[in-house]
Formats: sequence, C-alpha cells, structure tokens
Amino acid sequence: MTDKHTPKTTTKACSRRSFLKTAGKALPAVPLLSMQTEAGFLERFFQKNFKELSTREKDQIVKRLEQEYEKEYGKKFTVGAEPALKGVQFAYALDLSRCIGCRKCVYGCVTENNLSIDPQIHWIRVLEMDEEEGVNLHNATPYYNHKKVPAEGKAYMPVQCQHCRNAPCTKVCPVQATWLDDDGIVVIDYDWCIGCRYCIAACPYGARHFNWAKPKPKREGINTNTHYLGNRPRMKGVVEKCTFCVQRTRKGKYPACVEACPVGARKFGNLLDPESEVSYILKHKRVFILKEELNTQPKFYYFYG
Amino acid sequence: MYFIEFIKGSVKQVTTGNKYYWAWVVFLCLLIVIGTIAYINQMVSGLLVTSMRDQVPWGMYIGNFTFLVGVAAAAVVLVIPAYIYNWGPIKEIVIFGELLAISAIIMCIGFVVVDVGHPERVWHMLPLLGTMNFPSSLLCWDVVVLNMYFLLNFSIATYLLYKAFMREDYNHKLVTPLVLFSIPMAVSIHTVTAFLYNGLAARPFWNASILAPRFLASAFCSGPAIMIILFQVLRKTTKFKIKDEAIWKVAELMAYAMGFNLFLLIAEVFKEFYSDTHHLVHTKFMLFGYHGHHNIVMFTWFAIFASVAAFIIFVIPSTRKNFLTLNVGCILIYFGVYIEKGVGLIIPGLTPDVLGEIYEYTPSNTEIFVSMGIFSLGFLIFTLMMKVAVPITRGEFHSSRVSVSQE
Repeated sequence: MTDKHTPKTTTKACSRRSFLKTAGKALPAVPLLSMQTEAGFLERFFQKNFKELSTREKDQIVKRLEQEYEKEYGKKFTVGAEPALKGVQFAYALDLSRCIGCRKCVYGCVTENNLSIDPQIHWIRVLEMDEEEGVNLHNATPYYNHKKVPAEGKAYMPVQCQHCRNAPCTKVCPVQATWLDDDGIVVIDYDWCIGCRYCIAACPYGARHFNWAKPKPKREGINTNTHYLGNRPRMKGVVEKCTFCVQRTRKGKYPACVEACPVGARKFGNLLDPESEVSYILKHKRVFILKEELNTQPKFYYFYG
Repeated sequence: MYFIEFIKGSVKQVTTGNKYYWAWVVFLCLLIVIGTIAYINQMVSGLLVTSMRDQVPWGMYIGNFTFLVGVAAAAVVLVIPAYIYNWGPIKEIVIFGELLAISAIIMCIGFVVVDVGHPERVWHMLPLLGTMNFPSSLLCWDVVVLNMYFLLNFSIATYLLYKAFMREDYNHKLVTPLVLFSIPMAVSIHTVTAFLYNGLAARPFWNASILAPRFLASAFCSGPAIMIILFQVLRKTTKFKIKDEAIWKVAELMAYAMGFNLFLLIAEVFKEFYSDTHHLVHTKFMLFGYHGHHNIVMFTWFAIFASVAAFIIFVIPSTRKNFLTLNVGCILIYFGVYIEKGVGLIIPGLTPDVLGEIYEYTPSNTEIFVSMGIFSLGFLIFTLMMKVAVPITRGEFHSSRVSVSQE
C-alpha cells in the first residue's frame, strides 16, 4: 500500500449529539450509582451507536471490552477504535486470470478476523464455474472439493463484501448499525445491530453473515490485535462481514487475504492515490464489477490481467 | 367514574364463562406456554434452532408477519361500506373487524420480536433515544404505520364500546374522521410492508411493481374470510344477530378482490416466462421446483387451486349464498392466501440466493411451536376482547347508570 496518511481523530458535529450526551448520561447514571455490581450489563444495555460516541466514551468501552476478552480467552487483547483515514478511498482489485481457487484467502481471513469455526462462517466465498461459460452465478458453487486446483475446465471467482458506494445494506438497516465510513469501508457496530437480517436480504453479493449461534473462533492462535468495527470477538444474533481488515488497513497494512494469496491475484490500495496499485489497474486494465445493473457502485473490481 | 366500572365489568366478563369458553382459553394458554418454552430455547441457543440460514435469512416468522399485516389491513373492507355508504347490516359488525385488526397487529409485533437476534435492542430504532434510520429504511416506516394503525383501531374500538356501554350515542364528529383516516392507514400498512420487499433490487422476485397491488388484493380476501366464519360462530354461540345479506355482501367484495388477485398473478407469470431472463429461476422454483428441489411446489399449487376454486364459489351467487359452499370457499381462501403471502412469498424470493446457491428451507419445530404460540396469543386476545364486546353491542353489559332509567 502506498498511502502515507496518518490516522486523525475526526469528531463530526452532530445536531443530536448534545441531546444524546445528556440523555445518554442521565439514563444509565441513576441505576448505575445504586447497582455498581451490575454496571457491566447496564453500561452495555445503554451504550450508544458507535457513531454517536465521544472519544472518551470510546476509550471506556474499548477498555471494558479488552478486559472481557482477556477474561474469556486468557490473552491480552487490543481493541482499536481508529477512525477512518483522511484522503483515503480503499478499493480492491482481483485478477480472475490468476485465481486458482485454492481458498488460501478464505483461511487467511478466518484466522485474521477470528471467524467462527462452529457454526462455520466465511467472509469470502470462492465460486467455481465452468470456464467456457464465463461468469455465470446460476452455474456456480462454493462447495467444490478437488485434490488439486484449479480443476480441469473450471474457473474461480472469490466474492466478499464489495464495499459499495451506493450500498443497499446501509440503506435498509433500521437502526444505522452499519454505514459507509469516510475511507470507503462499510462497517458494522456489533453492539448496535438488532439482528433483523434486512441487510442480508438486501445485499446482492451474499456478503453478510448472521451469527445463528454464539460464534466459536479458534481459541489457540486467536488474533488479539483487533478493531471495534472489525475482527473483535462477536456475539450471537448480530450480522458480520468483510471489513477490508479495518484493524490492519487503517494502520497501513494490507488485508490478510491480499497477503495470503499465493498467486498475487489480490490487489488493494487507495483510489485517491494515483500511484497506488489499484489506481494503476483501473487505468491500464479493463475491469468489471459484479451486478453492475443494480447501481451499487462497488469498490471491488474484477479484471483479467 | 364510569370508566373504572367499565374496566371492572370487563374483567368480570372475561373471567366468567361456560365450560366451552374455559376449555378454549386453557387450550390457547397451553399452546402459549409451549411456544414460550420453544422461544426461551431459541433465545439461549440462538436462531440456529430455526431452519433459517444466511442463504435464506427470513422464513416462517416473517411470512406469518406479512400474512397478518394483510389480515389487519382487511378490517378496512368492512369499514369502507359501513361508514361511507351507511349500510345498515354491516355497521353493527364493523367493530369486530377492528378488534380483529388489533389482535392481528399484536401477532405481527410478536413475529418480528421472535425473528430478531437482539429483541432487547429494539429501542435503538426509536427516534431521539436511538438512531432510527428514517426515512431510508422501510422497516422504520413499517414500525411507524403499524403502531399508528394499532393506536387508531384501539382508540376507535375502545371509544365505541365504552359509549355503547354507557348507552350514549358516540360523537360522530370525532369518530367519522378517525374511521375515514383508518382507511388510508389500512392501505398504507400493507403497502409499506410490500415496499419492504419490493425495494430490494437484489431479489428480483420481490423487485416487481405488482407486489403492493397484489398484497392489497389478497388481503381483501383473507381478512374477510376469517370474519365470515367468525360471524357464523358468533351467531351460533351467542344471541348475536348478523343478517345473511351482510355476510353475502362481504363475500361479494371478496370475489372481486380474488378476481383481481388472480389477474395480477397471471400478469406476473406471463412477464416472467415470456421474457425468460435469469430472474425466472425464482418463479420456476416456486411452480415446478429447481435442480431437484421440489418441497414448495405442492404448496404453491394448492394455493393456486384454492384461490381459483374460491373465486368460482364466490362469484356465482347461488354458491355464495349457500353457507356450506361459502364456508368451504372461506377456508380455501384462508389457507390459499396464508401460503401465498407467507412461505410462498418469502421462500421463492430468497431461493436460489444471490450467488445462485439453493438452500431448501422448511420450518423447524422451534419455528412451528413459536408460531403456534403467537397465533394462540392473538386468538386469546381476540377471544377476551370479543367476550367484552359482544354483550356490550347486544346491550347485556352496560353501565349501572342506565340500568334503572332505561330498563
């Protein structure tokens, strides 16, 4: 990644903020004083939408989460709350002619993002299709199991969150628990999501996954380097999805899937930086986006290199 | 204060009854208990105990919700002729339509609550306190209109019953505008619910402009079907008088609505098959099955057969006025629309999923038990309300103030 922007705290003025500050404090404050032992539960219950939190409130929540995770997993966690990078529009480019369908990206993602093993959740679905048909979702399956890939006559297409500029999922969410952040990442506040799954119905890419039971990530080798809007351990009954590895990319690192890809099919970078690799690909290669007719305007480009 | 007497008297009404009444109440309570146990299990284990998965994220709960919004909206079928054209025979029974709407909305809310992963967080949807995504999210619109419709029906029904209890004439200047307002409200709850699906470009089966008109047309059949059966039960079990001509008039309206519903179905099927695009897979899945998945086909054809048969029964005057064929028609319509607006709408819309995968959904036992529990809760609420409303409208249950002077 070529961008050299440093994270800056941006606190947007919000008309409702002053009201919520008072209301938010007044509501939990009364019972909190009398029930110190139950503070965790009430604090969590009355916690506001991440977008409405002050830096101080974010710090408190992050600290509380770090303690909770340490207690549960016996390891020291860092939960970042870094805001969107300024002057950055993250985008992805995937070279379909290189992809061999090995699913290394899937497992790199599982490890990095603490995805549940049971029930199994994959943020990336690699679809196998007939080579001669080209991209045809009606003749695609994610459930192939060959001894060797690529299989004869087959082509592969990994699909994950496309981080749409005109995202149907954020539009339909009744509580604004998911939104397009300023650096172009569609994020979810797991503590605000009510679990109605309207976003799953609205997403044309099958990118969103629901925690149908309490997620069980691998305990040994759990990634303790987390972000509030990213790979921190989730709870049951909420929706999750690819975040372009927000915990890594906001610190200037590549997403885990980019690093895991053995054939270099995956490219990632800043669209606003003309020197970045994605900008180069957009300029010099013919790219296409999935389901263009839906006007979702993804920042996930496919190309044949 | 006579309102306290009204409340006390109502409590007395619902706590006294014959053995059939108590058997019915106990039976419903038993189903509610079973449903509650199933729901607690679902809360503890997560929604994994349902058959819903990422590929089919909505199922029986949301199907029931959609069907019941239609039932609630259909109260308007009785309200329109009764208040606008001032038809004598229907006016006396409008109040029961409103009570049915109230119970249906309570069931709707119940089905949404059991469907979400974190019901304790629904306050996030409230304006000011939470971050309501209004006007962007249609789910917020639905919450707004359903609550308004509930409040409207609840206040009108309570006011009318209280006035009848007091043997006073109700204030026409107050009631008439409210009743007139409830007509566009009834249309809007069903339209907004249709738009909830309609607006999703990712699901071509729902992304058709015909959806909202079809919702209304089918609702105008299913709601009155329940009412017609109910009126006959009331005539048999209580001394309540409902004229035959009132029932036949409702049945006639249903025939027109069902005819229109079938016409819209044909329009939809024609467009899908003639244009023969990728979007056809959902309709094919629904009608004939797809890649060896046939579970839903039987239900689809039953619904179509039931709707056509009911249409014929209701459109011919002699079968419409024969109570045997009329009741068969009502039952056919009820189950036909229950499938059409329930699993028949939700499942083909989500199968195959957006990446072409076919996950064949059939409701799990948890979903069936929880649904039975919510339906029983709705029936129980309706039974209790009717237990109060019937004697009031018959003049048997009234305020002590009038007992001396008028009897």
